[in-house]
Amino acid sequence: MTSFFQSLGMSYEAAWFTATIAGILLIALPLMLAVALIIYAERKLWAAFALRRGPNVVGPFGVLQSFADGLKVFLQETIIPSASNRGLFLIAPIITFTVALMAWAVIPFADGVVLSNINVGLLYILAISSLGVYGVVIAGWASNSKYPFYSAMRAAAQMISYEVSIGFILICIVLWAGTFNVGGIVEGQRSHIFGFINAYAFNPLLFPIAIMFLISSMAETARAPFDLTEAESELVAGYQTEYSSMAFALFWLGEYANVLLMCALNAILFWGGYLPPVDWAPLYAVPGIIWFFAKILLMFFVFAWVKATVPRYRYDQLMRLGWKVFLPISLFWVFLVSGYLMFTGHFA
Amino acid sequence: MTTIAHLIKTFTLWEFVKAHWLTLQYFFKPKATINYPFEKNPLSPRFRGEHALRRYPNGEERCIACKLCEAVCPALAITIESEPREDGSRRTTRYDIDMTKCIYCGFCQEACPVDAIVEGPNLEFATETREELFYDKAKLLDNGAKWERAIAANLAADAPYR
Repeated sequence: MTSFFQSLGMSYEAAWFTATIAGILLIALPLMLAVALIIYAERKLWAAFALRRGPNVVGPFGVLQSFADGLKVFLQETIIPSASNRGLFLIAPIITFTVALMAWAVIPFADGVVLSNINVGLLYILAISSLGVYGVVIAGWASNSKYPFYSAMRAAAQMISYEVSIGFILICIVLWAGTFNVGGIVEGQRSHIFGFINAYAFNPLLFPIAIMFLISSMAETARAPFDLTEAESELVAGYQTEYSSMAFALFWLGEYANVLLMCALNAILFWGGYLPPVDWAPLYAVPGIIWFFAKILLMFFVFAWVKATVPRYRYDQLMRLGWKVFLPISLFWVFLVSGYLMFTGHFA
Repeated sequence: MTTIAHLIKTFTLWEFVKAHWLTLQYFFKPKATINYPFEKNPLSPRFRGEHALRRYPNGEERCIACKLCEAVCPALAITIESEPREDGSRRTTRYDIDMTKCIYCGFCQEACPVDAIVEGPNLEFATETREELFYDKAKLLDNGAKWERAIAANLAADAPYR
């Protein structure tokens, strides 16, 4: 894109700057739209699982429901509790929202279509998703209220616990792909199984950690069976309890942008990202971005499916699963994968 | 042996797979809910909804101000005042029902000797203010005029069982 702006007569620096800004807008704005639609889709999915109809009044089939909700929230008054820490209270949702958008910088949407093709992309994603917990913790602390505080403590412990096993899972993938570059990992999956299936998930050695990564990513985004941070029966609305209006909407958007990001990561790391499922020439006629979105949506369906099926974990069960099950297994898998690669001399 | 089976079940997430298979079957089932404001469930002829004061086909009010409904009302929601009319017949000058007190027990329509006060089939009479739910005689007669057809049909349908 830089060369396109250069051809318009800009200097390289100006062209690069314009191209980057344009790239950011091209990712962030459709992402916001996607989040609005994905919230609607999720409500429809849960409704279907519960034999209900879901939103169907606003717009055709209720598609505009999220926009109506957004407008409602936007027109509300922003209430800042007098006992809260005003500055931190307002900055927390901004952190959550910004961090949720930042990680998309290294996600490849198609072959070479990525905002910043950095070599340690996966490390960057790990770092950014760890930052996400700050938004929640600061929100819980700055609200100066019981339930948000409990929720923030839970969120901090939960996200850190699962990040550990996610880290080990990612190491397995990095070992196999031989690169931290996200695009490189996708390319590493080309013709991975039997010379024609483009996915790590069908590798018998990597399939278990694909499932573990799926479960960990649900825990990481505090969703479905692991949504203890906003367990409404115990903590009202968790760290969002004191929030209203746009601040609340930012949490909302950030949360779903994070969910989409985790779906995208699942798709990229284990299901072949923008590659078609099978390495067969006619399938490449469909643009990579379509395959990528299809995989994201499929993962999202799984997320919604799990949320509609599994009841919420108890907090000690959550911690037990994170530390006593996932951590040892993922550690063992790092050992297994590296051992396998060592003996077969498969290192890329 | 059972330990091994248990271990295999745990590590294959067997219970979760089963649960997800079950919910997936529900996913494709027809919806249990109806599209409410556009579709409505059938109501029994005995349904006790919004009150109405009926008239005879010649336009004469049925209510003879016997105050049985006022006496039987367990929620004390009905207030009646009466006076003889010019032609000497006893009629209500005031017939109020406080719909916020009413518990929709249907005793008033059971007590009524002339089928004047009835609870019609209307259940969609939510209002924006509390005051609108203090029904007076005019409102109740108006309801009667509006719902007479449905009320008469319901009474006829239920008559064999009374």
